[in-house]
Amino acid sequence: MEVRRVVDRGGRVALLLTALASLLIVLLIGLFTLREAWPALQDIGLARLLTGTTWRPGIGSYGILSMVVGSILVTLGAIALGVPLALGCAVFLAEVAPERVRSMVRPAVELLAGVPSVVYGLFGMVVLVPLVRQIPAPRNTGFGLLAASAVLAVMILPTVANIAEDAIRAVPQHYREGSLALGTTHWQTIAGVVLPAARSGIVAAIVLGIGRALGETMAMIMVIGNSVGMPGPLNSNPLSLFLSQARTLTGNIAVEISYATGIHRSAIFATGAMLFVLIAVVNSTARLILRGRTQ
Amino acid sequence: MRTHHAWIYGLVVASVLLTACGGTATEVAPGTEAAPATEVAPSTEVAPSTEVAPGSLSGQLSLAGSTTVQPLAQEIADLFMEQNPDVVIDVQGGGSSVGVTSAGEGTVDIGMASRAIRDSELTEFPDLQIFTIAFDGIAIVVHADTALETLSIDQIRDIFAGEITNFSEVGGPDADIVVVSREEGSGTRGAFEELVMESGDTEALITEDAILQPSNGAVRTTVSETPNSIAYLSFGFLDGSVTPVPIDGVEATVANVIAGSYPIFRPLNMLTNGAPSELAQAFLNFVLGAAGQDIVAEDYITVE
Repeated sequence: MEVRRVVDRGGRVALLLTALASLLIVLLIGLFTLREAWPALQDIGLARLLTGTTWRPGIGSYGILSMVVGSILVTLGAIALGVPLALGCAVFLAEVAPERVRSMVRPAVELLAGVPSVVYGLFGMVVLVPLVRQIPAPRNTGFGLLAASAVLAVMILPTVANIAEDAIRAVPQHYREGSLALGTTHWQTIAGVVLPAARSGIVAAIVLGIGRALGETMAMIMVIGNSVGMPGPLNSNPLSLFLSQARTLTGNIAVEISYATGIHRSAIFATGAMLFVLIAVVNSTARLILRGRTQ
Repeated sequence: MRTHHAWIYGLVVASVLLTACGGTATEVAPGTEAAPATEVAPSTEVAPSTEVAPGSLSGQLSLAGSTTVQPLAQEIADLFMEQNPDVVIDVQGGGSSVGVTSAGEGTVDIGMASRAIRDSELTEFPDLQIFTIAFDGIAIVVHADTALETLSIDQIRDIFAGEITNFSEVGGPDADIVVVSREEGSGTRGAFEELVMESGDTEALITEDAILQPSNGAVRTTVSETPNSIAYLSFGFLDGSVTPVPIDGVEATVANVIAGSYPIFRPLNMLTNGAPSELAQAFLNFVLGAAGQDIVAEDYITVE
C-alpha cells in the first residue's frame, strides 16, 4: 500500500517537473532572445526597427518592416493556395472517403509533414522557380513570393488537413442524421450543417497553419530570393506583387546570423524576438478559438 | 576551447602524479595557458619552430571562418592529418567576420577570413596576427546564354548598384539584368564592395532588388539556372556552369591576376590571437610551405 502511494506521488512529481521544464525552456529562450536583442533595441529604438524599410547593416541601417511584410505576404499566399486544398482534403477524408481509401490517403497526407523542409526547398528551386519564371512580367526572376507561397502551401497542408478533419469528425452524428432526415443531399448536409458546426475547429486549424508558415525557414531561403527591398508589384497588375522577391523574418536570421557581429547580430536577435511575438500571438489566437469550441 | 581544457586537465593530472611521486611538482605552474603538453614550457611565446619532423606532432586544432577559405583549408588539413596521424584538425565555416571574432576571442586556434582585416577589427583585437595564405580572384559571372564581350569596373558597379538595368546598355542582349549577390557580412561581398562598389567617388550600394544567396555554391547554382543573371564569384568556385566576363578585355584567370592585369582579387587570410601555438605554427608553416601552396595553386594564387 505504502509503496504504491510513493510511486504514485513520485510519478506525479516527475510529470510536474517535465511540464515545468518545457515551460522553463520557453521562458529561457524568450529571455535570452530579448537579452541579446537589447543592445539593438536601445541603439536603434523599437519604433525605427519596426518601421524602417531599409536593412543595410553595412551602413548601420536596421529596419525590418520589409521582412515583416514579406513574412505576412508569403503566409497569406500560402493560406490562399493551401487552405482550400487542405479543407477539401479534410472533408473528403472525414465525410466522403470509404474507410479503405481513407486508410491510404491519410497516411500519405501525414507523410507530407515528415518531408524535410530542405527537400521542399530543393523541389521549389528546381521545379517551381523555373515555372514561375515563365510568367511574363518585367524583372520576374522566378524567385519570389509566388514560388515561396506554393511551397509553403504544401508544407502547411498536413497541419491544416489533419486538425480540420478531427474537427469535422467531432461533429455529433445526430446533426448529420437530423439534416438528412429533412431530405437534404449529402453535399447540402456537409456545406450547411457539418462545416458550420466544425467552424471553430477549422479556424483553429488554419491559424495553426499560419503559425507553421511564419516559422518556416530553410525552404523559404531557397526560393524567395532573400532580397532586402520592400516587395512591390512588377507591373500594372497588382497581383504581380507576388512575383516580387522578398525576405522573411526567419530568412533574415538564418541568412545573416553566421556573419553578424555587434549591433548587426543584436538586430538579428531583435528580428527573432519579433518573430517570437508574432507566432505567440497567432498560437494564442488558435488556443482561444479552440477553447471557445469546447465550452 | 576543448583543446584548451584538455591541456589544463593534462597539467592537473600531471601535477597530481608528480606530487604523488614526491617529485618536483612545484615547478609545474598552474594555469600556464596553451602550453604544449609534451613539454611544460613557459607560458608566453612559443618559439616558432620552422622545421618539425613529420609525424611527431599531436593534438587538436580548430579552424573557423570564411566559407571561401574553408574548402581550401580542409583540403590542406586532410593532407596534414595524413602526414601527422596524431593530429586532429576541425575546419568549420561561419564567414569571415566569424573567423576574425573567433580567432580574436580565442574560441578557435586559427580564424579564416577571405578579405583584408578591417581597422575596427584590429582595434578590437590588437593581438591578431595575420597570415596571408593565398590570393583569390573574384570573377564577374553571367548565365551561360548571356553573350557579353567585356565590362569595365564602372559598368560593373553601376549594374550592381541597380543603375544599369539592361544588358543592352553595356553591349549585351536586350534583357533586364538580374543581380545576384551574397548577404551582408560575407567576405566575398566585403571584398567585392571594397574593390568595386567603393571604387568611384561615392560609395555605391548593392541594389535592394538583388537576389541574395547565402553561399558561393548557392550563388553559382542561381546564376547557372536564372537567365540574364549576373553575380560575383570566387575563382575557386568557377566551373563550366557559369560564364566569367572579361574585365576591360582581361580574362578572369589566375595568370592574369599574377600578371597584375586582372583588377579584382583579395587576400585569403588565416588569423591567430597572439603568437600561434606550436601545433598551429606547424600547420601554418605547412600551409605556406610547398605542399600547402601546391594545393593553393590548384584553384587560387599562391602567396609568391
